Amino acid sequence: MADLEQSPGGITVTIDGRTVEAQKGELIIAVAERAGVFIPRFCYHPRMKSVGMCRMCLVEVSGPRGPSLQPACYVEVSDGQEIVTDSSAVKKVQEGVIEYLLLNHPLDCPVCDKGGECPLQDQSMSHGPGESRFDEEKRHWAKPIEIGPLVLLDRERCIQCARCTRFAEEVAGEAFIDFAERGDRIEVAIFPGEPFDSYFAGNTIQICPVGALTATPYRFKSRPWDLEQVETTCTTCAVGCRIVAQSSAGSLVRHLGVDSEPVNQSWLCDRGRFGFEAVQAPGRLTVPLIRGEHEFVQTTWHEALSRVANAVTTALGDKGAGAVGVIGGSRLANEDAYAWVRLAKGVIGTDNFDAQLGDGLPASLIASLPRATIEETIAASTVIVLAGDLREDLPILHLRLRQAAANDGLRIIDCSPVASALSKVATWRPYRPGEAVELARSLVATETGDGVVVVLGRPSLGEPAAEIAAAASVFANAWPQVRFLPALRRANVHGAIDLGCAPGLLPGRVALEDGRAWFEESWGSVPTVAGLDTAGMLAAAASGQLSTLILLGADPLSDFPDSDLAKRALEQVDFVVAVDTVLNASSMLADVVLPAAGYAERAGTTTNIEGRVSRLAAKVVPPGLARADWVIATELADRLGADLGFESLDGIWSEIERVAPAYSGCTLQALAAPSAGDGIVVPLKSTPVGLTLRPRRLDPIATPGIESVEEQGAPLAAGAATSPGGEPEATLGDEGDEVAGGDAVASKEATLGAATPANPVATRSCAPGLLRFDPEAWPSSAPGAPPANGTWRLVVRRSLYDHGTLVQSTASLGSLARPQVLRLSPTEIDRLGVTPGDEVRVSSARGELVLAVMSDGAVPDGVGLVPFNAAAIHETSASVLIAHDAPFLEVTVERVS
Amino acid sequence: MITKAPRIVTSRVDLDDSFTLERYLATGGYEALRKALSMSPADVAAEVNKASLLGRGGAGFPAGRKWSMLRQAPVRYLVVNGDESEPATFKDHMLIERDPHQIIEGTAIAAYATGAVQAFIFCRGEFALGFERLQQACNEAYEHGALGADIFGTGYSLDIVIHPGAGAYICGEETALLESLEGKRGFPRIKPPFFPAAVGLYGEPTVVNNVETVSNLPWIISNGADAFTALGEGSSSGTRLFALSGRVEHPGWFEIEMSKTTFRDLIYDPSLGGGIVGGKQLRAFIPGGVSAPWFGPEQLDLGLNQDAVGKAGSMLGSGSVVVMDSDSCPLRVAWRITQFFHRESCGQCTPCREGSGWIEKIMYRIEQGLGREKDIDLVLDACDNISPGLSWPPKQTTICVLGPSIPSAVVSVAKMFRDEMLVHVKEGGCPFPADSVRHG
Repeated sequence: MADLEQSPGGITVTIDGRTVEAQKGELIIAVAERAGVFIPRFCYHPRMKSVGMCRMCLVEVSGPRGPSLQPACYVEVSDGQEIVTDSSAVKKVQEGVIEYLLLNHPLDCPVCDKGGECPLQDQSMSHGPGESRFDEEKRHWAKPIEIGPLVLLDRERCIQCARCTRFAEEVAGEAFIDFAERGDRIEVAIFPGEPFDSYFAGNTIQICPVGALTATPYRFKSRPWDLEQVETTCTTCAVGCRIVAQSSAGSLVRHLGVDSEPVNQSWLCDRGRFGFEAVQAPGRLTVPLIRGEHEFVQTTWHEALSRVANAVTTALGDKGAGAVGVIGGSRLANEDAYAWVRLAKGVIGTDNFDAQLGDGLPASLIASLPRATIEETIAASTVIVLAGDLREDLPILHLRLRQAAANDGLRIIDCSPVASALSKVATWRPYRPGEAVELARSLVATETGDGVVVVLGRPSLGEPAAEIAAAASVFANAWPQVRFLPALRRANVHGAIDLGCAPGLLPGRVALEDGRAWFEESWGSVPTVAGLDTAGMLAAAASGQLSTLILLGADPLSDFPDSDLAKRALEQVDFVVAVDTVLNASSMLADVVLPAAGYAERAGTTTNIEGRVSRLAAKVVPPGLARADWVIATELADRLGADLGFESLDGIWSEIERVAPAYSGCTLQALAAPSAGDGIVVPLKSTPVGLTLRPRRLDPIATPGIESVEEQGAPLAAGAATSPGGEPEATLGDEGDEVAGGDAVASKEATLGAATPANPVATRSCAPGLLRFDPEAWPSSAPGAPPANGTWRLVVRRSLYDHGTLVQSTASLGSLARPQVLRLSPTEIDRLGVTPGDEVRVSSARGELVLAVMSDGAVPDGVGLVPFNAAAIHETSASVLIAHDAPFLEVTVERVS
Repeated sequence: MITKAPRIVTSRVDLDDSFTLERYLATGGYEALRKALSMSPADVAAEVNKASLLGRGGAGFPAGRKWSMLRQAPVRYLVVNGDESEPATFKDHMLIERDPHQIIEGTAIAAYATGAVQAFIFCRGEFALGFERLQQACNEAYEHGALGADIFGTGYSLDIVIHPGAGAYICGEETALLESLEGKRGFPRIKPPFFPAAVGLYGEPTVVNNVETVSNLPWIISNGADAFTALGEGSSSGTRLFALSGRVEHPGWFEIEMSKTTFRDLIYDPSLGGGIVGGKQLRAFIPGGVSAPWFGPEQLDLGLNQDAVGKAGSMLGSGSVVVMDSDSCPLRVAWRITQFFHRESCGQCTPCREGSGWIEKIMYRIEQGLGREKDIDLVLDACDNISPGLSWPPKQTTICVLGPSIPSAVVSVAKMFRDEMLVHVKEGGCPFPADSVRHG
């Protein structure tokens, strides 16, 4: 589909008497649309194979035997073809199809969620006969029926376009739904006893051209004409899917996927689609809290910030800057992260800052890897996946890779100790946990390495990140041209790392020592020694060296793989500050809790796995006294006697663009251009890649419910809200106005032409160079040890629906959290003499857990799989088994008698 | 004219043990295959092409031409369509039950000629006995050396899989049949590609031939194309099996020479249909299955020739002839036909899925005397939205030809029996005897 969007040329056809240029292989419906002729349709979806079922797009096409009616969604253009879309014959057929579709379609539009944004409604008005001649009884079904936890099916409304069934099979590869019966008794159905239990089920609701599929969480919540919408970016994981956030009466009610060609191509996972509910969770923090004698006491911002400032000052006085640490930052927007980094590193003077919780990869590795975009990954000759189960971690990346493998033959080598969802369409190369480096060595010995992209994440929390870094080095040493797509999962973790929320790093992918002079110029001072990562800070806290710990939307008790260390640290440390949207296990132990504005309550930018910077828009107001994180940082700096000088998000962004080398050239104007809806990948390349794209057009039939993004314009820093189809209510800053107001493409190119350096580093006299990947810096530390007899090596992985704060704050998803079970191979189950469902005791050197066992063919012998953060309380989570510095997680398993 | 043409496909079906290997061998069975294997595949194909063997499934496409359209590819498939499901069509059913070895032998000859090493026979699921006998014959053929590796020591190998259908008429449509064979839902494939010869089973070039078509092949190989073209006239050569039903004295199947025999002969000759039940008057007849437009008494003298019937505005189609007499309510016949198509529409295309049910409802309403005069034009317009112009051969707004098959009976009734329709409307009921259709 993408290649059809290139410049037209090749052949010419006539559409309604007008000559139109087209390319061989293009579909009539697409050529007509480009020429401004809308051919009505229901089943056609530009992101899926045509089936020609609804027959709404029949047009007259000339042929050797005269004109005949042909489906425009299926027939390709040929040179000299004459196409007529508005003849009386075409109109008669279109009216006939609409009349037929409405025979059995209930006219319950007033109580239908789709009413007002319904392609059937719209096209009945534009292309229908206006009345029905049908006097008989309509078909009746029981309705609605729950086909999955989030999807309701009304079979009476279904017009059998096969969009949902095609999506499930072709795009998601999870064919939980299909047609049953035939003729006018045909129905979309699930298989007996198998619910539509797909992480991607919600997409079928969005693409349904009628109200046959509705979302349980959205049902009867709003009418389309009551919705306000703004285009923004999803931050439930690090893929950064483009979405529109829609609100009604000041509350978010719906997310819809926007067709962003390089990223999500209109698809969303259900966690992203419904995760906005967390914004309105009942437990949202609205007021600063301080620890009273027995419980938290509400207080003022003044009081709370003073206490934090006092604690920080005391720690600095007693033990120096190294006694203060900041954990977290992935929840934050880029501007927030930068403000906190400047506060911590420039004002407090500590380099103890880590956006990750020991569950990712070393930040200096991520910041230095030569990167590939998602598009480049999909175009690679071979993709090596050395990461967790991408369907659980980064669902839309999984979807893109799966589609490319299943439909376009992309070669994927899935390196994973247990089979992942991607393994079905890939070559699965299992390795024994702890031996990723050995696997990498065997791959470089057998593969040529030409055009290889490595998707690099954390395959298991039961093996140390350093081993994965060492495996990456093996690839880079053998194949100098290899590129990487990082697969860290948490929201804006890549933006946080880029902006310095990591020990040893300064904003813009710069090493502390390289950037010291440059940042001292801007900030006044910079830490002299590299600080600690989360594991180091927790250890320092546990041993009394670190006395003030700031948790920036972090919950180490639940998320740090070694919960014993996290527990000791939080018990030992003098003072804990939590800045968050809701209370979690760790912030329950805090001395001061500061309420932060959450997703969709504050604007800014976010950076995804590719380094793609895209804008966030505010759609609703923060609850109570909650404030944006950058405001909190600025206020706290003020209490500490420093003026960060931040007055607006735009101001912070301008500073980031100026001082952070990787973000050089990524100006406000560039980000605000309508063509930058797909985001801008940093660091900018010598040619303004991604900025010459034409503004996106949205097919309202393909993704009903979203008005044209083009009309809406770019998301604005101020969080401009529009009614669907309306004009933006807010305007850009002075510079932005010029760009947005003029010819978007031309002026943007002009702007970027000036601002885009061939080498971003060269434009500033003393800007530091970007961190370069040094394979020698990541040696393998753990020689592979053969497994001891009678032990299993555990793989500990995230699930998309876990017991993390976001999912558990989302009403619709909380109950879908996957149970905490131990998965073993069927042979191992037999060997243990247990039956699936039995409880077993799993013991490691660190701790023990009692878990139910399940038989799973995806798990090799000698290996066990346990989900991470899958228990209601962290004391019984898999993290009690993990020692964060052990080379692998070896356990014994025995029956609980 | 009743000719003394040889019985080509029904030569042994009158024998009690016609379906056994012993009887088949005793009556010259598998000799044609031996002969074919001694020829080159191209020569076998040329002989069949010369014979002008028209497809016996309904569309009447010449088998030899179909074979010649096969795309060059390392893998080719042959599929034999035994999913005979149309009302009043019962010729393949008989051949499958009574002479399964002839089908196996014909399939092997066709596979050899087209370069297929794997063939499938798709047998209608409801043919329980037929399926059993076909499978038995297939097993026997393997034991006899007529199938499997190195057939009769010639080096040619062929495997045949007998596949039972699951009860859908639409799977007789060749592309739906291929989908079903692939284990998918029986939805006809969207065209282009227009022919399985280019993209067929599992995407490979595939020939789909009817059971009766392949049953002709042993005779053609044994007796030569010239002997075959000596029968019939023009492109309609050889003999053909006709399934005669409705208000005739002797309903049943008859193998008769094409072209020379007329509809009048078929219906009235004492050796064939034996005339109308009770000596009544013929009101109308369907010349080629329920998809075909109807004929009246004035077309009785047309020869059973594909081109002639086509020119007269209908088709020989599946070779089933249904006779209505003066007691038959033509509306009820047409309603029953629309009911069939309504039940059997696959549900893929809107016009057929929704139109078939609506048309059936309107036809039922009119026949029951509950209709309005304007319903006649309404039902015709509903038909027009499936087959624009209601012309013959039909245009279509649907993927496959099931859609444009629906209007045939309705349009025929509206053209030929508009007065009777008005009587139904005005009298508020059907003027014909209540059991006039069930006799057929």
